[in-house]
Amino acid sequence: MAEYNRPLPLPTPETQHFWAGCREGELRLQRCTSCKQSYFPPRPFCPACSSREVEVYKASGKATLYSYIINHRPRPDFGDKPHSIAVVELAEGPRMMTNIVGCPQTPEALVLDMPLEVTFEKANDEISLPKFRPAKG
Amino acid sequence: MKQKTVAVVGAAETTEMGKIPNTSQLMLHADAALNAMRDAGLTAKDIDGIATAGDSPVEVAHYLGITPTWVDGTSVGGCSFMLHVRHAAAAINEGLCNTVLITHAESGRSRVGARRFSRDPASQQGQFEVPYGITNPPTMFTIPALRYMKQYGVTEEDIANVAVVQREWAAMNPRASFRDPITVDDVLNSKMIAWPFRLLMCCLVTDGGGALILTSAERAKDFPQKPVYILGTGESCETPMISQMADFTTSKAFRVSGKKAFDEAGIKHADVDHLMIYDAFAHLPVYGLEDLGFCERGEGAAFIREGNTRPGGTLPLNTNGGGLSYMHSGMYGMYALQESVRQMRGIAPAQVPGAKISIAHGVGGMFAASGTIVFSNEAP
Repeated sequence: MAEYNRPLPLPTPETQHFWAGCREGELRLQRCTSCKQSYFPPRPFCPACSSREVEVYKASGKATLYSYIINHRPRPDFGDKPHSIAVVELAEGPRMMTNIVGCPQTPEALVLDMPLEVTFEKANDEISLPKFRPAKG
Repeated sequence: MKQKTVAVVGAAETTEMGKIPNTSQLMLHADAALNAMRDAGLTAKDIDGIATAGDSPVEVAHYLGITPTWVDGTSVGGCSFMLHVRHAAAAINEGLCNTVLITHAESGRSRVGARRFSRDPASQQGQFEVPYGITNPPTMFTIPALRYMKQYGVTEEDIANVAVVQREWAAMNPRASFRDPITVDDVLNSKMIAWPFRLLMCCLVTDGGGALILTSAERAKDFPQKPVYILGTGESCETPMISQMADFTTSKAFRVSGKKAFDEAGIKHADVDHLMIYDAFAHLPVYGLEDLGFCERGEGAAFIREGNTRPGGTLPLNTNGGGLSYMHSGMYGMYALQESVRQMRGIAPAQVPGAKISIAHGVGGMFAASGTIVFSNEAP
């Protein structure tokens, strides 16, 4: 695999579990054990009710396409063709930024609300990035 | 006169605007400040409050020779100057200082002595957005638009039309960067930046700055310029990450800030003669019209298409040409405030006849923060 030359995240103590999950091929979310709210990005307390009683769980990896752009500005590290920068809505509720992969990067192929599933793109031994592709079946 | 009213007594932009390769960013602050002080008939010795964003208020105060008793470095993006106005009004009313200078400057295009922009890979945005290829505002601020367009059946032509109407205003402004008329087709055929956004739907990148001087309305009567009174103010913030905006079709920060300002001013929408909505991109005025309550949700684009905001319309909007056609050095909120002040003084290039109430509404970051100021040329 060619050396990964894109910007990469630097995990903090509060986000380690998320990036460890990605490394192991799991999308991990957190949810509040008091108010049951799922949330993202990771933090060791509930942003809805301020409780510190939260748990990490494995998300389904299913999502729908909430909104996106197709970037035409030069990003040589992303190749020489326009690419999507998207926000997906996870089946569990929270939204996250990602790229839609495994399909043409065109308005015709990228339709809002289309079903998606997570796939992990390995950058190095530490970091794998969660990306989303059209759901199979 | 209502107790505890504050007024703008000095207002000016940098001497030049657009491309200023022979001047550093710090000197652009000073140039705008010196112009505003001349406008108010003051020198640095008369200023006892200082506020700026992006750069340090300490640096600006020292460079100008100001010894303040009140310092505000609130830096929440391009609307920071609306927040400074709000904070300054409170500070003046509380007696913390008497005469506040607010400056903005950015060598946005020439990058002479400009801040370097970098994101920490351990920040929330560095971890959860930057790895997906976002770089600058055109790859972030634009992301919510498609959801809005689907929700309300708004077309690319509708968004393009926002830029067309603002160019009509710019045509009347000798200082505007772009003044030639454009059509919806021109906008849609301009260079693709981040689909569905084309170049002419994105703000300019220029050099420039502006400065405001505020004092109590009581003292304002003794200044050379016609005072512009502050009737109401609002501010709020939502999220540092566009992906975490609660609803991509409406800005919570806009709604909260706008309502605060309207409530404080005690005005109705029908009272507003002139409106500035920070237009970093062409969808911003649509969100602003709706979130400030001038239109129902989903009706902002039609409101513009029907001609309400163009010259001669019922609600003149972005009368300097806006960030899309006038200028945008990086933190445009200052220029929206400057145009509101010009309109209230009655000296704007595209003057709205008889305008008595003007609102300047700003955005900071990518729908991250917001500030709203209600001005009037009549003492409350």
